[in-house]
Amino acid sequence: MSQDTQATAQADGFLVATGSDGRLLAGAIALLGIAVLIGGAILGLLLEGVRDFGGALAAFDSYLFRIVWFTLWQAVLSTVLSVVPAIVVARALSRHPTFPGRALILRLFALPLALPAIVAALGILALLGRAGLLAVPLSALSGGTWPGIYGLSGILVAHVFFNLPLATRLLLEALDTVPSDQWRLASQLGMRSLSTFRLIEWPAMRAALPGAAGLVFMLCVTSFTIVLTLGGGPAATTLEVAIYQALRFDFDPARAVTFTVLQVALTVLVMLVLARLGANTAVDANLPVTRRKFISPGYAERSLNAGIILLALAFVAGPIAATVVAGLSADFARLLTEPAVRQATTTSIVLAILSALLSVMVALSLAAARRAAAAKRSKPARVFEAVAGTGAGFVLVVPPIVIGAGWFILLRHTGAVFAVAPAMVVFVNAVMAMPFVIRAIRPAFDAAAERNDRLCAQLGISGWNRTRLIDWPALRGPIATGLAFAMALSLGDLGVIALFGSDAVQTLPYLLLARMGSYRTDDAAGLALLLGLLCLALIFLADRFGAKGAS
Amino acid sequence: MTVDPKTGTDVRLDNLHFSYASASMRFDAVFPAGAISAVMGASGSGKSTLLNLVAGFETPDSGRILIGNEDVTDLPPAARPVSMMFQENNLFAHLDVEKNVGLGCSPSLRLTDADRAAIAAALSRTGLTGKEGRLPRELSGGERQRVALARVLVRNRPVLLLDEPFGSLGPALRLDMLDLLREVQAERSLTVLFVTHQPEDARRIAEHIVFLAEGTVVAADRTKTFFGEGGPQEFKHYIGDEITNFARKRT
Repeated sequence: MSQDTQATAQADGFLVATGSDGRLLAGAIALLGIAVLIGGAILGLLLEGVRDFGGALAAFDSYLFRIVWFTLWQAVLSTVLSVVPAIVVARALSRHPTFPGRALILRLFALPLALPAIVAALGILALLGRAGLLAVPLSALSGGTWPGIYGLSGILVAHVFFNLPLATRLLLEALDTVPSDQWRLASQLGMRSLSTFRLIEWPAMRAALPGAAGLVFMLCVTSFTIVLTLGGGPAATTLEVAIYQALRFDFDPARAVTFTVLQVALTVLVMLVLARLGANTAVDANLPVTRRKFISPGYAERSLNAGIILLALAFVAGPIAATVVAGLSADFARLLTEPAVRQATTTSIVLAILSALLSVMVALSLAAARRAAAAKRSKPARVFEAVAGTGAGFVLVVPPIVIGAGWFILLRHTGAVFAVAPAMVVFVNAVMAMPFVIRAIRPAFDAAAERNDRLCAQLGISGWNRTRLIDWPALRGPIATGLAFAMALSLGDLGVIALFGSDAVQTLPYLLLARMGSYRTDDAAGLALLLGLLCLALIFLADRFGAKGAS
Repeated sequence: MTVDPKTGTDVRLDNLHFSYASASMRFDAVFPAGAISAVMGASGSGKSTLLNLVAGFETPDSGRILIGNEDVTDLPPAARPVSMMFQENNLFAHLDVEKNVGLGCSPSLRLTDADRAAIAAALSRTGLTGKEGRLPRELSGGERQRVALARVLVRNRPVLLLDEPFGSLGPALRLDMLDLLREVQAERSLTVLFVTHQPEDARRIAEHIVFLAEGTVVAADRTKTFFGEGGPQEFKHYIGDEITNFARKRT
């Protein structure tokens, strides 16, 4: 080896060494950013709690207990109504791998998760509201005027709309883990439908049931938009909505502090239980692949299952179809030229892009730091690896509305409270999307690192060369998936903007809520269709990139 | 460093300690210059760890690694005068053959005309002419290892570490690769450390054998001595077991 190459090799080697520290640094900065975001919120809550301790204590009244009770009650009901039918639907889908349009049905079942909650809420109102598409037949059926779906029943329908398909997909995944040999054996032993369920299907689903139910419960306890739009008045209010009302309508920050603390305590409790149940709290959008099952159900079972599948299909497709139908009746020519709509659309897209970029950067930094720490084998590195690895999960404990509330209280005297709206939306949504983005990126990142780390170290490929030649080609697919997914989440979010939004800073969901509030239903429906299509397009792109990355 | 192309560079492990989890290893060994040494031993005896230490992928707790007369213990992998071939994943899956080899010339893939000529020569030496534009997935397992060998040629470092690189090849292909390896080794006077499970591989191309057990060198000698009457007892047990295993599988 010549002197010259030796020197460059040493310089590159130096880059390898510092490069790994750079990764740790990036991870530390990402974690610090998350800590500041959450810490600032906690600080705001603490300061207010200390300043007005009496006020915070006074919030413990019968109204508070009613809210906590309602929060839990609606979550329990939503979970039962989502998971129990999901068992039946998942089994029906699992037993008919060749059911006509099955792949399409599963794809449709992935839609609600991609749909912004406010769009779904509007779809449900368009279908079952007082002036909904089904109002006339429902009036005839109930023998009076259909009062429209609001309050607890509206919340439940919306939660089941979101979570029945989710639970179905989780249980179907569990059913697909049954080895095909067991199906063959069952068929050889001549097991009938009921014994197959008892001996094979139920044990497989039972294992996944606590996790699925826990996840649904968690989503329902922290559900904000649905309760805000469909819950009516103090009789149907959850903690999250109460926080929002205390801040935006009652101007009672001390009360909001109490609500927020309770909400966090509640979610931490649920998360702890979930962790014990071994639930997987980050949902991914993968479609389960079903293997051949060697089942030949009889005619009766076949029709029963077909009926169950069609019923579930109608339940999920109904609000989506209603969104489209109601949306198309809007006056798009006027809507799309309206300055407020254009402004909100631009704001939404810009904020979503920024938020998605930030989210991907944080996710990449954490993945890289975790990898670098794992290579170090020292004790502090081990701790850092664990934090960078599971740090993502922690953010689920703190709902966006809680972070928003803390910062709102902290900043409310500074006069900057509405000016920081864009930054709040970007930061909070970036952190909220992070668990999903990490799920999109980290497996590919780890696989690429596993394959390439030694080879790169050996050949002295590091820094920008490594990014350009090695990492970018392997990661651009997953990165695009993460970006699209984070953008969709940010576009549809109503949590933070509900607190920080104003006439000056409006996003599409905020504008939608305002139009709903002022009974401009056609406008709201049109905006919902627009927003829904935007998010679906992004999720579709995310799916495409993901599929490309996998091949 | 300067390498005498006739005699090559030896590799010495001087009281090298390494521990990870419950495994503790201690290596003292000399790998003669310009010769092929087979590194053998049962699974878990520390063969791969030994190679990873020489390559710089693992950091020893104490002791020194000398290549030629230079202490490389603290050098990062890319700065050591070694190339390494792994059992698999020697190539970047998204880069074609020419680029994969070219990374041996320049880690930024900015290639000069001289580099291109060297790459072409290496590809021709390894029988890959005409396959420059192929992606690794379009190659057979044997061809992929040839690409890796071509990159070893353009990198032109005096020491070559082989971690069972032909372990997943069929018998005929493996013999081809062994012969190619021996030729290339002779042309460049490479010092080769060759981890293998196959006694016949060692017999075919290795001048020396270093035999490991439980993280330490238990015997090191010429291959002839190993396979002769007075060969080390541990080695006899090891290949004896292999033969009985082989016989058991056959029946």
